[in-house]
Amino acid sequence: MRFMMLMIPKGYETAAPGTMPDAGAVAAMMKYNESLQKAGVLLALDGLHPPSMGARVSFEGGKPKVTDGPFAEAKEVLGGYWMIQVKSREEAIEWATRCPAGENEVIEIRQVQEMADFPPDVQEAAAGFAEMQGRSEPLAPADR
Amino acid sequence: MTATGIHHQAHDTHRDTHRTIDAVWRIESPRLIAGLARMVRDVGLAEDLAQDALVAALEKWPESGVPRNPGAWLMATAKHRAIDRIRRGKLLERKHAELGREIDLQQETAVANFEASLDDSLGDTIGDDLLRLVFTACHPLLPRDARVALTLRLLGGLTTEEIARAFLVPESTVSQRILRAKKTLAEANVPFEVPRGEELAARLSSVLEVVYLIFNEGYAATAGDDWTRPVLCEDALRLGRILTGLVPKEPEAHGLVALMEIQASRLNARVGPQGEPILLLDQNRGRWDQLLIHRGLAALQRAEALGGAHGFYALQAAIAACHGRARTAEETDWPRIAALYTALAHLTPSPVVELNRAVAVGMAFGPAAGLEIVDTLVDEPSLQAYHHLPTVRGDLLAKLGRLEEAHTEFERAASLTRNVRERDFLLGRAAECIDTK
Repeated sequence: MRFMMLMIPKGYETAAPGTMPDAGAVAAMMKYNESLQKAGVLLALDGLHPPSMGARVSFEGGKPKVTDGPFAEAKEVLGGYWMIQVKSREEAIEWATRCPAGENEVIEIRQVQEMADFPPDVQEAAAGFAEMQGRSEPLAPADR
Repeated sequence: MTATGIHHQAHDTHRDTHRTIDAVWRIESPRLIAGLARMVRDVGLAEDLAQDALVAALEKWPESGVPRNPGAWLMATAKHRAIDRIRRGKLLERKHAELGREIDLQQETAVANFEASLDDSLGDTIGDDLLRLVFTACHPLLPRDARVALTLRLLGGLTTEEIARAFLVPESTVSQRILRAKKTLAEANVPFEVPRGEELAARLSSVLEVVYLIFNEGYAATAGDDWTRPVLCEDALRLGRILTGLVPKEPEAHGLVALMEIQASRLNARVGPQGEPILLLDQNRGRWDQLLIHRGLAALQRAEALGGAHGFYALQAAIAACHGRARTAEETDWPRIAALYTALAHLTPSPVVELNRAVAVGMAFGPAAGLEIVDTLVDEPSLQAYHHLPTVRGDLLAKLGRLEEAHTEFERAASLTRNVRERDFLLGRAAECIDTK
């Protein structure tokens, strides 16, 4: 199963454009990222520029409306994420507890929805089913 | 957060602690066992010691909370057990008075050496220890199923019960396999080391084979009610990704990971709502996992950059990549796939590879060209019980409008597979040949 570890740094909601983490924090985080990678659990990760460089699109009354950042109403915003593949929710939590995060940071753990989690009608709506065409599949070419 | 324990709010029931311990075990046990194995030079004993530490954690942590550094706690506990064992050995020896002080000294030295080697393990040797553990678990001295079980247990952190469930065998079978494997390793005095020189290549291919066997059992289950068992694929991928970290310069390790990532990207699209198989060309490519495809293509690039484009796994990954890159089935570069299969057949001549080549040639140059290759394989002894042979032949015959012969082939294929979903699917295809006739 996959989880997103969402990094929520307090204060990032008002951070100036171009705000960057300091070198020391980055070095510690790189070590952590490496440990995730070495354990074979890391699928993807990214850091995000502050919301002051972003924009929000809202849909009040069914019409898209664009607001440039920063967003006065936002209490917490994302600073980045990790996508990990682990055996259990507890394992995801365990990895999060090992993060060298600062006192003002929170990590939220959220499970990624898999197609198999959906009921059949949602699955069908999400994917539709391809027409049956030619059908020979080259086998998983394992010699067994 | 205190120094003694991470406080899990609303998480303090014993059951939750046990689940946390499971998670800690999954993360820590490979390194723990690897470190201990280097000290005691016996993988079986190392695992026993690690298990002792786990039992201690199960007793203590529900009361004390999970320690701040659970890995260090487990290692320290296991170390104490190891020293206890050495000392207990010493007490026994003491009864043999004639041996006297010399043994005493030897034992003290053993404890001192042990403690020194423990300090070493805090350095950068963990990666080396893990690699030694990988090579030991996949030792060619052991039968394949034992290598698979031992690898999942020692490096995947799986319990015997989980392994048994994954391979649809009784738990007692798996524990027997593991016990016997440990005994074999101990009796043969298999050194806990990374093979060197010429031996390395052969031993590495045994490691890669074990990981790929695990993956394949998940990807196309050989038996049982489910067509795929994705959890096993995830276990194999995790092992493969760990392996590329341990031997980053080995192109075939990257090739294998590339192959598994790209194949796994199709897992969701491979099974219909009723659990029935959906074959590659019928799959909805919108359900392919683009993240895994990207990871796979990147791993393939690494394999190629290391000069491994023509490796056994890299070639298969390149074939999988041809599918992964094609946005529709029609876009598939079949001539390239056929050429890659030719290269693969050159590298490892095998009737199965030849059969795959026949499929690709059939797609690239028409069913008659494919059938021509398949017909050279029908008398191949090693394929007599291989259900893919009549499946492929049936498919090519159906495309050529030879429905009666196709019908016979599909029925034969259905009688050969042990997978229930696949059998239903093949019988369905057999019935279609009659319906359209």
